[in-house]
Amino acid sequence: MEDLDLIKEFLIESNENLGRMDQEMVELERRPKDATLLASIFRSIHTLKGTCGFLGFSTIERITHQAETILGQVRNGDRDLTPPLVSLVLESVDAVKAELTAIEKTNQESGELYADLVDRLTRSARPQAEEPGNAAVESVLAATVLDVDPPLAAKAAAEADGSASGKGPSVADSTIRVDVGLLDKLMNLVGELVLARNQVLQFTSRLEDVSLNATSQRLNQITSELQEGVMKTRMQPIGVIWNKLPRVVRDLASMCGKQVTLEMDGAETELDKTIIEAIKDPLTHIVRNACDHGIELPEARVRAGKPPQGRLLLRAFHEGGNVNIEIIDDGGGIDAQRVKAKAVQQGLVREEQADRMAERELVNLVFLPGFSTAREVTSISGRGVGMDVVKTNIEKIGGTVDLVSRRGTGSTIRIKIPLTLAIIPGLVVSVRQERFVIPQTSLLELVRLEGAESLRQIEWVGNTPLYRRRGNLLPLAFLDRVLRLDGGGGDMPDVINIVVLQAEDRQFGLVVDRVNDTQEIVVKPLGKQMKGLDCYAGATIMGDGRVALILDVMGIAHHSGVLAEGRTAARGEDKAAAEASSEERKSMLLFRAGEFDRLAVPLALVARLEEIPRERLEHAAGRPVVQYRGQLLPLVGLAGELGVAASQNSDRPLQVIVFADGDNRLGMVVDEIVDIVEDEIRIRRPSSRPGVLGSAVIASQVTDVLDLQAVIQSADTGWFGETQDHKMLHILIAEDSPFGRGLLRSSLEMSGYRVAEASDAADAIAKLALRPYDLVLASLDLAGSGAARILEAVRGNPELTGTQVFAMQPSQQRGSEARAIPAGFAAALSRFDREGMLRSINQLASALAASERAQMEPAARR
Amino acid sequence: MSHTENQPERNRQFATFFMKDLFFGIDVRKVQEVLRAQEMTRVPLAPNVLRGLINLRGQIVAAIDMRERLELPARDSGQEPMNMIVRADDGAVSLLVDEIGDVIHVAAESYEPVPETMTGTLRQLVEGVYKLDGRLLLVLDTDRTLQLQPAL
Repeated sequence: MEDLDLIKEFLIESNENLGRMDQEMVELERRPKDATLLASIFRSIHTLKGTCGFLGFSTIERITHQAETILGQVRNGDRDLTPPLVSLVLESVDAVKAELTAIEKTNQESGELYADLVDRLTRSARPQAEEPGNAAVESVLAATVLDVDPPLAAKAAAEADGSASGKGPSVADSTIRVDVGLLDKLMNLVGELVLARNQVLQFTSRLEDVSLNATSQRLNQITSELQEGVMKTRMQPIGVIWNKLPRVVRDLASMCGKQVTLEMDGAETELDKTIIEAIKDPLTHIVRNACDHGIELPEARVRAGKPPQGRLLLRAFHEGGNVNIEIIDDGGGIDAQRVKAKAVQQGLVREEQADRMAERELVNLVFLPGFSTAREVTSISGRGVGMDVVKTNIEKIGGTVDLVSRRGTGSTIRIKIPLTLAIIPGLVVSVRQERFVIPQTSLLELVRLEGAESLRQIEWVGNTPLYRRRGNLLPLAFLDRVLRLDGGGGDMPDVINIVVLQAEDRQFGLVVDRVNDTQEIVVKPLGKQMKGLDCYAGATIMGDGRVALILDVMGIAHHSGVLAEGRTAARGEDKAAAEASSEERKSMLLFRAGEFDRLAVPLALVARLEEIPRERLEHAAGRPVVQYRGQLLPLVGLAGELGVAASQNSDRPLQVIVFADGDNRLGMVVDEIVDIVEDEIRIRRPSSRPGVLGSAVIASQVTDVLDLQAVIQSADTGWFGETQDHKMLHILIAEDSPFGRGLLRSSLEMSGYRVAEASDAADAIAKLALRPYDLVLASLDLAGSGAARILEAVRGNPELTGTQVFAMQPSQQRGSEARAIPAGFAAALSRFDREGMLRSINQLASALAASERAQMEPAARR
Repeated sequence: MSHTENQPERNRQFATFFMKDLFFGIDVRKVQEVLRAQEMTRVPLAPNVLRGLINLRGQIVAAIDMRERLELPARDSGQEPMNMIVRADDGAVSLLVDEIGDVIHVAAESYEPVPETMTGTLRQLVEGVYKLDGRLLLVLDTDRTLQLQPAL
């Protein structure tokens, strides 16, 4: 029994020593003349040898003996420390580590003899030991420091080590080893103490006893300090996991024939033990990647005008309750184009998506699952563990990873992680008398709607409630419904509290009864009885001693269905990619009207959905209108006569979709709003029916897409001024900024034009070859005088004689009508003068319509 | 039947409790403590058998309603259940029982495997029976009792 304890003690100590030695050996290779370093290594290996002899682990003893001899020779200046020598010693360290693992499992050595290693060690140690006399003297010399002769090592070793370390820094003496289990238990106890303290404070505040009050204040203070202290015991410097990196880097570099210096800055930065463990592997992986892919071969570096030796810098520092870790290399950087090509080739993103991404977004594609740029799988990286695993592991502990890379100058990976997982800030909310905690990290904002008017900002589409938040529709989930809490009426309350949450790359609003306050909470895991309840991330104990559940935001989102099918598919996708894809996909409002069972209109064009009581229907100038927000809202019906649709369900209020642009509003009466879906809209079959653009497959059903332009025209509301004379133009926007294109597109679509986008001149010219457009809006900012090239292409193509090309001025030219129109362009528009732009385009549309009429009218008269 | 092989050789000690007219025992070594009704936080969406969570001196403990677990009719309103805290692999779990009985010693000779006539949930959760004077002590298989169907 005593022996076993001894072995355990030996294992702990030896592992610690070996870990340090790894680092020290690498360090020594750089500074071979550092006597202190050498002495420290020598001492470690010597102690190890002595203890092994004592415990009867002969293999380790044999290996360490030879390694010690070599190190002794180096220390005495008899030979230089060459890289092969360092490798040999490190190899010995590895062998010893393997043996220690075996001992840990079976309490004895593995039985492997390491004959080859011992042989090489012996041979390497020999040249200096050729004269037996010398060797003996040397051995005695070595002993003068440690006062031990190898064969006698046994017990004396411990003493020698003790005395030697006594001369060094005394940190070792002032620390003790503590079982992590004990620390966890302490942490729990402190948690309980905090709760008891909170309860005492609550009681005391009710009693007016001065001395009790003073005592409880003191209790309060001591508890807080104790809590802080215990939290600190769980903290470890990040250096604990950095220690083994010098060795990793050294081995990798020599294996790839590269030269890499590793610098570490901020090794003393402390983190919770659980987090330290969680980032160990991701960090090693990133460092390996940097050595393997990042830093170039010495020749290549010299060619690029860099020093042959690559530099890898690890930095750690605290920032606002988080710890930042940066891994910076000065290597070749990441070729964004290659990443793009690879990602497209591997089917991880679509080409159109990738085309729209900025360099930085492209580089971050390496975090997509399944991504690998390694041209070939080397023994170092490209072996299955990808950067996606790194990302997942870091996100699991609430952290984020970001990659910035510049071609030729290197890459920086920035990891941001919370200090601790055990205590997190949370928002306490209540619904139906139950309290829940929402982790603050998912919280975006709080919205409180009070009064009938603001409550109307919540709109219902079928069964889906939506809130119009700064122009965007935010899907809502009612927490009481999601959790199927009963009690309370089904009516809408007077006040609505919306907690806006981020669930991965989507946002949604969670409606709760009350928002209480934010608190630091101690997270406790839920037992296995609670497995399968994905709405909860854990539980905590509140100040009053009661348990409160911590909501899992992602789980709630899935459970409530606020993330529709198409959206969940985007899970795990890179954020940039998801954003790009949402540009491709469109939210469509589905409804039923007259003979049309399933009609769709882009949600972006819809301003509001209203239910209007039939009795409010009035007529102005023979047209149906309602008074709406202090204005007359003209109404149109789809299937010709509004009266027909209205009479069918005369008891129900009118269902009205309100379209708006500026002050222009139009209400379309429909029979029923069906749903909102998000899908890729591609019109399959153009339609000849009035009011319908064509049909598309939306949410796997054939759906007619509303021709809003035609509807507006039929209303004849003067929306566009002389609207009747308006030709529906096909417009191509050539503009490199996706944002600018999107902005322009939506405003043009609002006005009823059909719009296509091109991201550069080549793209625009290619699109023009496919079909003629009435108008091309070419940005003067396009790279490589793109606008001029487009103009040239249009002029040079006889099929495009009817195509006008307008130049779009750079953004600074706000309202610059005075600015000259560049040669060849029909007009110049200022990109941000939206009204002026629309006016010019409308004029063109009217002119084209007039000339068409002029051609057709003579024929029609007859 | 499956429990006949590991018939206990020694006399055993049981913490006992009542559920309606049934008399149950749990090996006393598995029982951590007994508490009267505790303030409970319910867990929405959890199956009925998981009555809620209680704060046991800073430890969060799930409470399993034995009425539900044994598929017995629900307790009368006003009848407060007692907490029998049992040790499980991953911490403590509370069993909500009707009434707590004494800790009793039983003789190994009075042990019988589960009678063939016993059916349903009871048969699954009882690992054996001790014939006592005038009544039967049903030995609860706590491992199985704590194994709930995954929720939803």
